[in-house]
Amino acid sequence: MAKRIDVSGLSAYYGTTKAIEDISMSIEPRSVTAFIGPSGCGKSTFLRTLNRMHEVIPGARVEGKVLLDDENLYASNVDPVAVRRSIGMVFQRPNPFPTMSIYDNVVAGLRLAGVKKKSVLDDVVERSLKGANLWKEVHNRLNKPGAGLSGGQQQRLCIARAIAVEPQVLLMDEPCSALDPISTLAIEDLIGELKSQFTIVIVTHNMQQAARVSDRTAFFNLAGVGQPGKLIELDDTQRIFSNPSVQATEDYISGRFG
Amino acid sequence: MTSSSPAAPRGRERRPRDSRVGDKIFMNLARGAGILLLVIMAAIAGFLAWRSGMALSNNNGNFLTTFEWTPDAPKPVFGIAVLAFGTIVSALIAMVIAVPVAIGIALFISHYAPRRIAQPFAYLVDLLAAVPSIVYGLWGALFLIPHMDGLTSWLNQYLGWTYLFDQTRTGTPRNLFTVGILLAIMILPIITAVSREVFRQVPRMHEEAALALGATRWEMIRTAVLPFGRPGIISASMLGLGRALGETIAVAVVLSANSVLSLHILDAGGGTFAQNIALKFAEAGNNGRDALMASGLVLFVITLLVNGAARLIIARRKEYSGANA
Repeated sequence: MAKRIDVSGLSAYYGTTKAIEDISMSIEPRSVTAFIGPSGCGKSTFLRTLNRMHEVIPGARVEGKVLLDDENLYASNVDPVAVRRSIGMVFQRPNPFPTMSIYDNVVAGLRLAGVKKKSVLDDVVERSLKGANLWKEVHNRLNKPGAGLSGGQQQRLCIARAIAVEPQVLLMDEPCSALDPISTLAIEDLIGELKSQFTIVIVTHNMQQAARVSDRTAFFNLAGVGQPGKLIELDDTQRIFSNPSVQATEDYISGRFG
Repeated sequence: MTSSSPAAPRGRERRPRDSRVGDKIFMNLARGAGILLLVIMAAIAGFLAWRSGMALSNNNGNFLTTFEWTPDAPKPVFGIAVLAFGTIVSALIAMVIAVPVAIGIALFISHYAPRRIAQPFAYLVDLLAAVPSIVYGLWGALFLIPHMDGLTSWLNQYLGWTYLFDQTRTGTPRNLFTVGILLAIMILPIITAVSREVFRQVPRMHEEAALALGATRWEMIRTAVLPFGRPGIISASMLGLGRALGETIAVAVVLSANSVLSLHILDAGGGTFAQNIALKFAEAGNNGRDALMASGLVLFVITLLVNGAARLIIARRKEYSGANA
């Protein structure tokens, strides 16, 4: 079910402000691609253009193309709602629905898609929670509120919710930035397991994390405050961290940035 | 706050005497205000109960089931059956009409309208709450009543089989249904205003969670906004219901009161507690006034019960309230 993403000539705007400019890249299926770069360089914005979440902000718009296999997500006949069903997203802060139980959180996406059969939902809950390494901890309290879990558990619940609908691609926007090191490790292990099934894109501020979990790494940068962010380079993670081809990348990862 | 040098020993210095005095004064003021509220509540209840007791001991009918209201007759007979029925039915009609409309308006302002329209629109709704009751009453009597015929006969024709909308007597539409519509308009702004604030407070991250799962805007509202706003919607409705139950002058102007208890809500007549008090208080004798107080006490108790029930509903799902997110 994993698909390949090809982005070409993509720019994104907030009102009249250009946030990212002319980004082109290919993201391989069944691999983990990490986006790194300084704050404000547009990596989260770019991530949100990949499932058309950018445009839910009033005044935000996108130019350019994003191909999922061969289908342009920004073609005029494409429904953004359908795009988001096939490209899942995990956010910076764990955001399980506070009014729902653990069970209802996991099946929220399926219910939106109209699945009602109890046996199907039960199976999906077990499979998704196992997939998110959370089943053992919560299987005997599925009807308790999701908001009662710890931060790390909540984030794994959000991952379970995202993979429950079997997306083609899983986007993660700094999924560990609100978590402690142990929970972070659990999520990183999980990412390693999930990449056998999904195309994963992860934004991170933590360069060690990018080095640990990703196969390929993209470095974003901006020329100055108020300038749009740009893709500097995308290469194998090992190469980016040992021998990048652009000087700015090396400066950033070695801490000589600025 | 104090002029202690950084080198001075801490502890005592951080809590100088005068600030403790300030603390004490403030604490006692706050406590006093709280106690005062309880005292006032108890005084009202006590006063009502005392006067009610005097009236009830003179009553020759059953207070709960009697239809007539003749407390000043040589042999006083009075009961609240018609009043309780009319109050609850008209308030229910108002709720059935107002709550969905108010939620719709609140969602429009908080989630659908562009900001340029939403702000003035919200202000307009708030302005509705500032219109005095008597103005609504006059509008009801002078505009609504003459324009009710079409709706009334339509309801009678197509929904007459429901019994509720069966019009058995022709005449002016000075009935509980018209009162319900008028009350609905009067409680709309308060329900809208409170719901709107609650909907605005739904964290953006929950809305985005729903959208990222492939929810349309309406589905996002159903999954993230409405469940989160549920306690707020209930509180807002209770505020509206409280106003509908207690509304006096507008009802008194519109309703042609009599002592008929009927579920045919399109037939003229009926009564409510507050309307009955407004109508009869001026000309009531001693026992008449006490009897009206007794009916006021019942309204007081009904309002308390309704509010208590709402608290229970909210508390039962507390752990899902979103407050712990």
